[in-house]
Amino acid sequence: MRTSAIDHQIMWNRLIAVVEEQATTLIRTAFSTSVREAGDLSAGLFDRQGRMIAQAVTGTPGHVNAMAESVTHFADRIGPQNTFEGDVFITNDPWLGTGHLHDITVVTPVFRKGSHIGYFACTAHVVDIGGRGFGPDGNEVFEEGLLIPITKFAERGTVQPLLIELIRANVRTPDQTVGDMYSLAACNEAGDRRLQAMMDEFDIDDLDALSDFVIETSRKATLEAIAKVPSGEYRQTMQVDGYDAPVHMEVTLTIDGDQLTADFDGTSGMSRFGVNCPEVYTRAYACYALKCAIAREVPNNTGSLEPFRITAPDGCILAAKRPAPVSVRHVMGHLVPDVVLGALHQALPNTVPAEGASALWNIQIAARASDPASGLPNREVLMFNSGGTGARPALDGLSATAFPSGVSTMSVEATEHVGPITVWRKDLREGSGGAGALRGGLGQTIEIEPRKGYDFYFNAMFDRVENPARGRDGGLPGGPGAVELVGGTKLKSKGRQLIRSGQRLRLSLPGGGGYGDPLARDRAAVARDIAAGFITAEQAKTDYGFEG
Amino acid sequence: MHENAIRVGVDIGGTFTDIALQHPGGLSTCKVLTNYSQPEQAILDGVAQAADRAGIGLGDIGQVIHGTTLVTNALIERRGAKTAFITTEGFRDVIEMRSENRFEQYDLNLNLPVPLVPREHRFTLNERMGPNGEVLLAQDAAELATIVERVREGGFEAVAVGLMHAYANDAHEVAVGEALRAALPDLSISLSSVISPQMRELPRFNTVIANAYVQPQVADYLGRLVARLRDTGVMAPVFMLHSGGGLIAVETAAEQPVRLLESGPAGGAIFAADFARAHGLDKVLSFDMGGTTAKICLIEDGAPKTANTFEVARTYRFKKGSGMTVSTPVVEMVEIGAGGGSIASIDSMGRLQVGPRSAASEPGPACYGRGGAEPTVTDANLLLGRLDPDNFAGGSIKLHPENAAQAADKLNLTAHDAAFGITELVDENMANAARVHTVENGRDIEHFTMIAFGGGAPLHACRLCEKLGISALIIPPGAGVGSAIGFLKAPFSFEATRGLFQRLDAFNADTVNAALAEMEAEARAFVAKGAPEAETRLQLTAQMRYSGQGWEIPVSLPHKVFAAEDVAMIQSAFEEAYRTLFGRIIEGLPMEITNWQVSVSTILPEAARVARHGSGTDAAVARNRNFFDAALRQDVEAREVNRADMTPGLAVDGPAIIVETETSTVVTSGYRAVAQGDGSMLLLAKKGAL
Repeated sequence: MRTSAIDHQIMWNRLIAVVEEQATTLIRTAFSTSVREAGDLSAGLFDRQGRMIAQAVTGTPGHVNAMAESVTHFADRIGPQNTFEGDVFITNDPWLGTGHLHDITVVTPVFRKGSHIGYFACTAHVVDIGGRGFGPDGNEVFEEGLLIPITKFAERGTVQPLLIELIRANVRTPDQTVGDMYSLAACNEAGDRRLQAMMDEFDIDDLDALSDFVIETSRKATLEAIAKVPSGEYRQTMQVDGYDAPVHMEVTLTIDGDQLTADFDGTSGMSRFGVNCPEVYTRAYACYALKCAIAREVPNNTGSLEPFRITAPDGCILAAKRPAPVSVRHVMGHLVPDVVLGALHQALPNTVPAEGASALWNIQIAARASDPASGLPNREVLMFNSGGTGARPALDGLSATAFPSGVSTMSVEATEHVGPITVWRKDLREGSGGAGALRGGLGQTIEIEPRKGYDFYFNAMFDRVENPARGRDGGLPGGPGAVELVGGTKLKSKGRQLIRSGQRLRLSLPGGGGYGDPLARDRAAVARDIAAGFITAEQAKTDYGFEG
Repeated sequence: MHENAIRVGVDIGGTFTDIALQHPGGLSTCKVLTNYSQPEQAILDGVAQAADRAGIGLGDIGQVIHGTTLVTNALIERRGAKTAFITTEGFRDVIEMRSENRFEQYDLNLNLPVPLVPREHRFTLNERMGPNGEVLLAQDAAELATIVERVREGGFEAVAVGLMHAYANDAHEVAVGEALRAALPDLSISLSSVISPQMRELPRFNTVIANAYVQPQVADYLGRLVARLRDTGVMAPVFMLHSGGGLIAVETAAEQPVRLLESGPAGGAIFAADFARAHGLDKVLSFDMGGTTAKICLIEDGAPKTANTFEVARTYRFKKGSGMTVSTPVVEMVEIGAGGGSIASIDSMGRLQVGPRSAASEPGPACYGRGGAEPTVTDANLLLGRLDPDNFAGGSIKLHPENAAQAADKLNLTAHDAAFGITELVDENMANAARVHTVENGRDIEHFTMIAFGGGAPLHACRLCEKLGISALIIPPGAGVGSAIGFLKAPFSFEATRGLFQRLDAFNADTVNAALAEMEAEARAFVAKGAPEAETRLQLTAQMRYSGQGWEIPVSLPHKVFAAEDVAMIQSAFEEAYRTLFGRIIEGLPMEITNWQVSVSTILPEAARVARHGSGTDAAVARNRNFFDAALRQDVEAREVNRADMTPGLAVDGPAIIVETETSTVVTSGYRAVAQGDGSMLLLAKKGAL
């Protein structure tokens, strides 16, 4: 049988199906809420040089190329002479994996007829990794949990018992954490079975020609797409709240023909708290944003990712150095696309959205009996919540929708069964969308009260309270966020705080920025927004000049 | 129902209304064009035609069984009633905020689906139930009266009521319903605690709103249908096929039309299930391929797999997450944008893509010569010799290979490479979807038998089996009106659901028994409306998960009065189900139950078993013609036989093409087809072919 160009395409499609199946297996078996609800995982196939050939499209872009880089580290560290059939490698090193200790990366070498031909890799966020738990309060990575260096989870099919014991002894949820590691290994195995079946069908024994075809086709398409962007140097800055001090983000985007670089020189230094991003995570979000705007059709692989060359100076908050704390690196990471797209806007007007709420307003609640003697059990509740996205050049922003993350929220009814809280409100926040010819997406309002007999602690990790999402081309900023008690007492937007029995916490999530002059907004659209209560009559008048 | 009753199945689809009339002399079928303004007219015409052909009078018909895509179409086309939604203060925007996610990760210009009820038509009440049905905030009668007044002033035709935790305590919803009914007796009212009493506000609200939105129209249509059938002399009772694959009385359907959303496609799965039982197959993958879509369903132990939620009205065709999740019992099907009309194109990387865009029936594939200029799957099949240009649809449509070749030229490949690429990619897309679906269900696809029907399936099924490693394939007769025939094979059934959240370590048997007894009575009452005397069976399912997980798996439990000591039995049933799906269990974690389902259905008569003809003797070959065998990547000389000549026990070795009026069955070089006693073709992989 001859292998034709059509066959390469079919195999490419098949590889994407294989990695999607690998990811699906993981989503259905993982324990961690963020894997299940947020698709906080990644799965991919690599050739023997460590180049990524195919990657599943999952919920969080944070792994877009973080995992792509990690396989090379495994290959270098372990070396071909020590790579055997039946091996499974593992790490959660934030700088060699995907940015924080909660993400476990598992790499399984693929063998065919005795030869090493490639790797399957996958990453997932586990429920617990010891240390302080998932939160920004550590001052060094050592406080944030157990770090597993690149090592073998299994060698020639035998799992290392000491490693398992060590992990079990260091985490709060040994069954779930170790169980998830087995899930990761099993999903690579599932990928391997499908790949071998495909190679049988097409009668090939290595991936080299296929890998070259996929990577070169993708690289060519990506370079062609970049070349369509006008050459030049585009600079953008943005200030966000940060943890205890404002963070200044700065990026210089340089496009020269089909060459693209984005450099974060000028960005603030590291924080003492766990909001720092290892560079690999910054690269992931920056690359995601650029790819959405420039070459969204090209599937993720080494060929489509490498042309986006993204760097940040060592030691800035977007390229944190060991042993910086990095546990909640997602807060800064989620804001990276706004600054990058702001730079790209100068090159490609009418293409990218205005700034949005961007960073998720996830809330981790620890409910505790008001009277310890009552014997009421402790309960933990995690909720994912999103503000509004920025208006687009031809479309309003999306209300209460995650971007750049792909998180889903959970049912309030289900949440109230998990923990002793009452969510009195979770609805759209009227008037919070930035005014513009196209309106920013609305944020949302959430009110939570501890149930009878309970108080709760919550970990505030909320941005865009001091620095709202800015509009574009004359669009106004979205409504800033607010953290308070119902009744008006202002609370801090960062750090652990207590809500007592009888009090209600109110979170007002930020809206997205507007796009274009509000006076140019279609009058019928303004009237519709008033009827729906998305904006008030007052706003219609002052922001939109609408007299009805 | 007795065996000899004359029964007619009627399926209204997007293009055709199919009729299947079962009578003592056999089965009489026909197809008429769907009449959009008066759908019942097509039924009357079709039934009259079929009865005429069968030589029976309309008054002799004993039962009319109806299924339709009209309800789904009303949702998709937004042609429903002016509907208001009444909900708990603070939760006005649940249906607009959805899951707060984007279903297309890389699209900056994503459009989210627009809610069925706009925000200004969503009213809120200050009231609140807690998760265990306790009243956290009492209702205010004066406020309720104000809302009722606003509904009156708004001129609404339908109202949906969805209050928080109403599945746990329906008192507030019932009070709202009573106040509305008292003030506005003609108003259509749907309560979430009646329509879908399950935990999770988003699907429950979507479901009750969808029900309210289509209810006036569906009730109207069904009323007209029954009346006009009477007028023409059909005095038989009318039953509807619901999405879960069973029959309900027409009155129930008029009250709960949301149960009809998938009723047409469910008929196809029942059709396949009937063949599965007759052939004694306990693991079957049904594959239905038409002009625009292909559908795949798992059929185990003779019954289609069901689920309790599904997504309707996807705004980005076939994209998971782009529609509206409703919770109602449904035959679980995977739909793929792959059919004979699927259009091929070249993407920005020069890669060939097929579908989901379709040339549909107008203008249709290029080779129809009706103005279609883009290359489709049917064009590719023609170019590869799998279709005979002079004998398509019984010779009624002349195909034009030159048009197909011209269209294929647009792809910058040789006509042959383009045609091979198109068919192989479309087969690949379907195979991948089938593989993922079986993996998601913890099954091994290699052990399944495929049953293929619908116009396009017989052309593609054998190649699909090669790709999936499936060694046995059945192509039943009469596949063109499969859904309508399926309706005749469906049991009467009703599934009652109830949200009742309990940790297993705090299992309260009394509460559960009380809820189950109510649910059983409800389900039995609905079944009795259609089949008062029939013997029934009851299936009990608990939705369970490990504490801390976000979704449940269905766990079948024995029907009994539970006692505290049954916890161990429930636990082991959960663990077995969990292991089947995920390959392992997690020791030491607490478990919980979220929702219960009680399904009562009549027992189907034992299917007459079809004796299997194994190898068979070779049939007479009409002629030889060439087609392109994808697995071998070469043209092969194939035997052409007429399906009509394939009497039971006759066989033909692949490569072969079995031709009939409605379609052609491609038997690849790796398979042998043997005609069975019921007119089915059984395709078996040759030894060593897989």
